[in-house]
Amino acid sequence: MTRTLVVIGYGMVGHRLTDLLRDSGWRIVVFGEESRPAYDRVALSSYVDTWSSADLELPALTGCELRLGEKVVSVDRDRRVVVGASGVEVTYDALVLATGSVPFVPPVPGRDLPGCHVYRTIDDLDEIRATVEAASRPGRKSGMVLGGGLLGLEAANALRGMGVSPHVVELAPRLMPIQVDEGGAGLLKRLVEKLDLTVHTGTSASSIERDGSRLIAKLASGLELDLDVVVFSAGIRPRTELDLGLPLGPRGGYLVDEACRTSDPHVFAIGECAAVEGVTYGLVAPGYSMAEVVADQLAGGARVFPGADVSTKLKLLGVDVASFGDAHATTEGALEVVVNNAVAGTYSKLVVSDDARILLGGVLVGDASSYLSLRPLVGKEVPAALLQPGGAVDVEMPADAQVCSCLAVTKQTITDAIVSGVACDVAELKACTKAGTGCGSCVPMLKKLLTECGVEQSKALCEHFTHSRAELFEIVRATRITTFSALVEKHGTGRGCDICKPAVASILASLGNGHILGAEQVSLQDTNDRFLANLQRNGTYSVVPRIPGGEITPEKLIVIGEVARDYGLYTKITGGQRIDLFGATVDQLPEIWRRLVDAGFESGHAYGKSLRTVKSCVGTTWCRYGVQDSVGLAIELELRYRGLRSPHKLKSAVSGCARECAEARSKDFGIIATENGWNLYVAGNGGFTPRHADLLVSDVDTEQLIRVIDRFLMFYIRTADRLQRTAAWLEGLDGGLDHLREVVVDDKLGICADLEAAMESHVSDYADEWRGVLEDPEKLARFTSFVNAPGTPDPTISFRAERGQRVPVSLGIPEVVR
Amino acid sequence: MIVCDFDVLRPEQGVAALLPDGSQVAVFLTADGSVHALDNIDPFSGAAVLSRGIVGDRGGVPVVVSPVYKQAFELATGKCLDQPDVAVTVHGVRVRDGVVELT
Repeated sequence: MTRTLVVIGYGMVGHRLTDLLRDSGWRIVVFGEESRPAYDRVALSSYVDTWSSADLELPALTGCELRLGEKVVSVDRDRRVVVGASGVEVTYDALVLATGSVPFVPPVPGRDLPGCHVYRTIDDLDEIRATVEAASRPGRKSGMVLGGGLLGLEAANALRGMGVSPHVVELAPRLMPIQVDEGGAGLLKRLVEKLDLTVHTGTSASSIERDGSRLIAKLASGLELDLDVVVFSAGIRPRTELDLGLPLGPRGGYLVDEACRTSDPHVFAIGECAAVEGVTYGLVAPGYSMAEVVADQLAGGARVFPGADVSTKLKLLGVDVASFGDAHATTEGALEVVVNNAVAGTYSKLVVSDDARILLGGVLVGDASSYLSLRPLVGKEVPAALLQPGGAVDVEMPADAQVCSCLAVTKQTITDAIVSGVACDVAELKACTKAGTGCGSCVPMLKKLLTECGVEQSKALCEHFTHSRAELFEIVRATRITTFSALVEKHGTGRGCDICKPAVASILASLGNGHILGAEQVSLQDTNDRFLANLQRNGTYSVVPRIPGGEITPEKLIVIGEVARDYGLYTKITGGQRIDLFGATVDQLPEIWRRLVDAGFESGHAYGKSLRTVKSCVGTTWCRYGVQDSVGLAIELELRYRGLRSPHKLKSAVSGCARECAEARSKDFGIIATENGWNLYVAGNGGFTPRHADLLVSDVDTEQLIRVIDRFLMFYIRTADRLQRTAAWLEGLDGGLDHLREVVVDDKLGICADLEAAMESHVSDYADEWRGVLEDPEKLARFTSFVNAPGTPDPTISFRAERGQRVPVSLGIPEVVR
Repeated sequence: MIVCDFDVLRPEQGVAALLPDGSQVAVFLTADGSVHALDNIDPFSGAAVLSRGIVGDRGGVPVVVSPVYKQAFELATGKCLDQPDVAVTVHGVRVRDGVVELT
């Protein structure tokens, strides 16, 4: 008989447990109090970037019964029945409590006033936003966050994202007192105060009062703050209001044993509501670990909670903070090695045993890049080099060191999977070891281990070149080779193929080198580039004139209509806000383009691995809600980057407000207007593997925006693989988004001037490709159907009518043969 | 049958020619100066487009790659290297007195 598992709570830990058990034969019923699906609460502050809860949602689960928006009102442990708010009763064989925690609100007078909020859920953020938007203060709003711990700084960051200048009030003498020591916290304070935060430590709010539309907070230090919004973020308490008559831990939480089982053998508790042998945990990794334990127990296993690694590494307000092991040197006789570089803005402290042999823990602020190598060494012998100032941190990790602390996967497990050939890349490692499927912070380490085990994916472009596209790009750039034949002769073998020829043609075009149909280049081009049009299934082509930003005059629309009518072209509006004209034969293309060019059109590069369109919404010009001129910017960007040859096509969009009507976050580079300027998102994608673009810079003006896009595009063009969209490129980029930001925003590699110069040269050298053909008889001569009968139509092409337009007659082989 | 002047051909490129019976031939000049002629119709799509494919080599064997679904055809034999049971017809071709002729 099928056994029933009831899970109460559908947060991250409840979701993880359900995911682990849904194919195990249990019938699973999940009660979730929030009406929305499980979401990534750790990333809550990023909700402010987009106000789209879908971005935070965890993968939807099938194979379980989700009762969302239904609170559990009681549990009858004798009958083993859970009763929901709707009156529904579910009988269980096993019950898992995953009720999470509630924010702790200190008993400050005035804490219930309108404008005072907690910071825990998406709904909380929506309410904070409503308060901020209703505030009448001109300019930047003013807010207070009570609590300067990890969560408090997250909340302060969210407020900043809403245009609020936050005061952070912390009772302890320093920020993040649990994770960070005095030295690290001092630097952290200095770094976050540069970001419009005001930090008040060693004090608390003694009262909050309403004064008209404002809130006045009085601090114990005597200071009065004039505020629009107050956010309580002073810690959490295990949520145990659902009384099952079970014992609680000394600091709250359902008391469970090391198997996460309560005193009732049918009832378990996991996550923040559980007190494992009396200890509660406020991090997701131990919660995931508890979910694994219970999943194993319910499957008949005997796993127990291994104890939690409360190490943390995070980026708060752009500042790296990491803390691991015995960060506060509480072990008897522990020694500290501190390097505090006030100039570079970095602080590191290693805690070692009294004989300086064993690493016990540490704190890193400002630069936490060594965290991944250091954390697994806790409890192990510490390499002497580490204790030297500026000592190398790239040390070998012992085999039993945990690489993935979310899912407790050791280095040994990972290297075994690699060496045995079970996993050859990160995706396969994730699938077979589960490493990297939690918070994902160990993915760079997985890559490193793959390399260390000698797994090397061939980067050879094709059989003619052993180089990757990025390497070929650098060769062409450095040697100034201008032809494929010279390149293949010097650096490759054979005569080239349909892979390397277009790739090299694209590289040559990205670096200038004149018209893409010039001299030898024409023989390298795929048919679309060779005829500057898009090949369709019956051998005809489609024509797409550029319509920058999707803005077009009635006169130009009429010209397109007339051309389509005169040549019998099937006409369709594209997804990129322009018009595609289908069914042109090779010899018609120049005639069609002569008329289009005369009317002021130019190539839309729909055929090229190059910029397609920059979509836009209507923006401030017409829209009641727009905050910036999205059409103007879209046109400027489209004209700037038109004709830019790249590893794959490039799409862009500009939205005039956060409502995002232009769908910019599905683009290679998307821009969304803010009250203060523009937010730039990069590496989005629709297509086969959709990806939301990541925020690269925010609130920049148009000049800064264009500078960053120039650098981003050129960096991508130089380093991506052939036919690799920006989304896949960023996913594969070592160091990911942070590295990209370091290169194109902070100019860490010192190449930005070069990237900008390359783009300037593209912009100044741009010329319309179709005009170039029409003005050159030799290029024009290639647009003939038959060399022995120019102008004779291809007899295999015929059309029929469908919904009033011409469409191709099937050529007898309608199936796509692959 | 005369197709065109040899000068019209460009290395590593193809042209299409119409035959009196309405069929079409793709004529290619490779980098070593040899001329090949294949049926112009791509058997996978049915479109008359092989003359517009990229010319190159696979493992040293000269090929043209169909621009539609990218199968490679050996220029000398018409054999499809990606699906050995498919081939396109090879036509006899020669260059005489600066003129390309189908034989």
